[in-house]
Amino acid sequence: MSNGHEQAQVQVQARIQAGSMQVVMIGLGEEKFALDAGLVREIIDPVPATMVAGAKSFVPGVINVRGNVIPLADLRIRFGMPVTEDSADTRIVVVELNIDNEPVLVGVIADKVYEVTEISQTDVQPTPRVGMHWKPEFIRFITKWREEFVIVPSMERILN
Amino acid sequence: MSSIDPTEVFRQEASELFETLEGALLDLCQRPDDRELVDSAFRALHTIKGSGAMFGFDKVAAFTHEFETAFELVRKGEIKPTQELIAVALAAKDYIRALIEAPDGTDSIIGDAILDDLKQFVALPGEPAKPDVAEEAPAAKPAAHAGWRLYLEFDSHILCNGSNPLDLLDDLCKLGSCFAVPVIDGIPMLEELEPEYCYLKWDVTLHSDCDKAAIDDVFMFVEDEMKLTLTPLAAQAEVSLPEPGLLIELVEAEPIAEVAPVAEAVPAPVQAKEPAAKEVAAPAEQRRDEPKRSDEPKRSENIATVRVQAERLDELMDRVGELVIAQARLTQLAASGSDLSIKMIAEEIERLAASLRDTTMGARMVPIGSLFGRFRRLVHDLSRDLNKPVEFVTVGEDTELDKTMIECLADPLVHLIRNAIDHGIEDNDKRAAAGKTERGRIELTAVHSGAQVLVTVKDNGGGLNTARIRAKAEEQGLIAPSVALSDNEIHQFLFHPGFSTAQTISALSGRGVGMDVVKRTIENMRGSIDLTTRPGEGTTVTLRLPLTLAIIEGLLIRVGGGRYIIPLSAVEECVELMPEDQRSRGRNFLNVRGNLVPFLKLRELLVVPGSPDQHQKTIIISTGETRVGLVADQIIGNHQTVIKSLSKLHSDVTIFSGAAILGDGTAALILDVAQLVAAAQAQSEKQISEAA
Repeated sequence: MSNGHEQAQVQVQARIQAGSMQVVMIGLGEEKFALDAGLVREIIDPVPATMVAGAKSFVPGVINVRGNVIPLADLRIRFGMPVTEDSADTRIVVVELNIDNEPVLVGVIADKVYEVTEISQTDVQPTPRVGMHWKPEFIRFITKWREEFVIVPSMERILN
Repeated sequence: MSSIDPTEVFRQEASELFETLEGALLDLCQRPDDRELVDSAFRALHTIKGSGAMFGFDKVAAFTHEFETAFELVRKGEIKPTQELIAVALAAKDYIRALIEAPDGTDSIIGDAILDDLKQFVALPGEPAKPDVAEEAPAAKPAAHAGWRLYLEFDSHILCNGSNPLDLLDDLCKLGSCFAVPVIDGIPMLEELEPEYCYLKWDVTLHSDCDKAAIDDVFMFVEDEMKLTLTPLAAQAEVSLPEPGLLIELVEAEPIAEVAPVAEAVPAPVQAKEPAAKEVAAPAEQRRDEPKRSDEPKRSENIATVRVQAERLDELMDRVGELVIAQARLTQLAASGSDLSIKMIAEEIERLAASLRDTTMGARMVPIGSLFGRFRRLVHDLSRDLNKPVEFVTVGEDTELDKTMIECLADPLVHLIRNAIDHGIEDNDKRAAAGKTERGRIELTAVHSGAQVLVTVKDNGGGLNTARIRAKAEEQGLIAPSVALSDNEIHQFLFHPGFSTAQTISALSGRGVGMDVVKRTIENMRGSIDLTTRPGEGTTVTLRLPLTLAIIEGLLIRVGGGRYIIPLSAVEECVELMPEDQRSRGRNFLNVRGNLVPFLKLRELLVVPGSPDQHQKTIIISTGETRVGLVADQIIGNHQTVIKSLSKLHSDVTIFSGAAILGDGTAALILDVAQLVAAAQAQSEKQISEAA
């Protein structure tokens, strides 16, 4: 991938060591989600999206990312969270997912991108069956990061 | 690319040779007297044999040798290539191909059977022919015993190709005692001498009892680059042999003749040199002419080409597409500024990008002739199996189409041609009764028409039986008996899945699968099918196809805040939507020059919020037989663009066939008009049933 853009570009090797995992920490509403850094291709500033009539509500449109037209997914809709206006912190995280054995690029809206960090896989908390407004199958696991609970979502399941 | 499997190279080469061979054989059906065709078939065979042996395909070499021997009589002109003979030859060709593709899995019994057939046909013209051959062979043998006199004239470029005439002479020596005398009259003056050219010719006397084929084998790989004159050596020929001493004399005499006048007087050499120069020039010209003449039939087909992987071309096309988009943005930016030099650069880049796009598109274009060639065999076999003599004519083989389109076109055309022979062309009795020529005629044409290519399959058979199609459609419950339909509308039933009027199912057609597949394939390629027929005169099926799948010529429109592209091939006209046309919601149609055209409001279909613009525009599109108006807020204009397919996550959205990137970098969706109309139909049917 060329590096001619002014946008912050993150190219992190998915270097999952024993017990730890590199993630990109993003904020959606009040929650923090950790995306597997191995999936993330780049992080870009918001670009105007084209709405696709008749599409599933959580992939409402498409965007142009350097000549490729890719779907734009809004996880907030999938998680039943309120959708807020774009702010100065809003970013689009471009991830590459494996859907039906084919790599598919998807732009994911994030209210804020915090940092690239390592989380512990050994400190996994069991996904509670109650007290959550998300479907349990959307969650890979919940872990602790700086005394906060963060959710590692299962992107393939969320978008399929 | 560095390590290429030589066997693979041979396979590729062989497959090209097979095409030549098959083409020549099929042409022979039409022009049995054309010696050129026999020769070109023979050449292809010979090369397959030679390189087959070289790459270890011994079975191939052995069989081809037998085949070649049998064919030799045809080459000598003693036997006319009959239809039967050509059919066997084609079977033999298929067998050789099978031998090459699966050397172990091919049964040699088939080969033996083919050879038996072949020998039968070759011997068939009769008992008189056989003794003839027998007589000739012994007659030729004693002459051959004495040996051969060979005159070798190589192409002057032969050294550049890595061939060494001396090695060939060595090979020749292995056949028997050999005496070679170089002929040096072609050697130019020193200052004109090209060190890499071969100026020498050889006069060779070979004392050997080998036959002509053995000598031909020596020169097999250079036979296109040389002239070989072979004469059997009679006993007295030995007398005319130049003596070794003479050779030296010749060599010495030449320079002396040159030098002598120089010593004598100054003006003389000018005169002396002139004729010498002419002499040199003349043979050079001759030589240049000769290969040209022999290559001419080939040259038109094999223009120097480079094999490139199709994916690389696709990638290149993608990059160029991105470049065009980036360039459009640059142009927009430059136009909004006031810097003249940036504007100039933007214009220059615009020009370059456009020509780069055209070149890249051109690189993906392939003449459709490569596809047409495949059908000649199909027609040949079908006409033999069905006992319907058919003349197959192709027009416009040079017409260029995107490579992927050509691949996609193969199957639909097979269906159409099969249909034309099986259903279209009547059998012999019917043709005779109708006063038609015995041979049916199928014409396959390709022609450019604007930004489209029209591919036509035309037969001169009985035409479609409209009444029978209608009866069948009624029987299958596709239409009510009383409904009035135009002939054209009735013919559309042919494209229904499972629709067939054939009473019996043949091996070829009649199952009712086929035409619907044809239609679907063509529509997937954004093309359309026209069907015209005249009872008793034949049927014409025309496929209208875009030039390429990668780029779309579209009409850019605006609905609310969103921009959409309608494929220009579907657009018929644009009209303004008059206030009186939208009086009520229950009555959505226009009056276009007396015709009723229903319209759909894109705003409602695409769920666009807000209120419509004051002056609504209607774009009238046609899909199949229906014309529909699409109401938009604004028509922006023509837009040629690279198509980007929508991702898997949007595979449930049918009304868009893809997306394109506009000059400002945003994506616009391309409307799939057929799906759009179908979706609207489903919607209005639902509304009606809800209301009822």
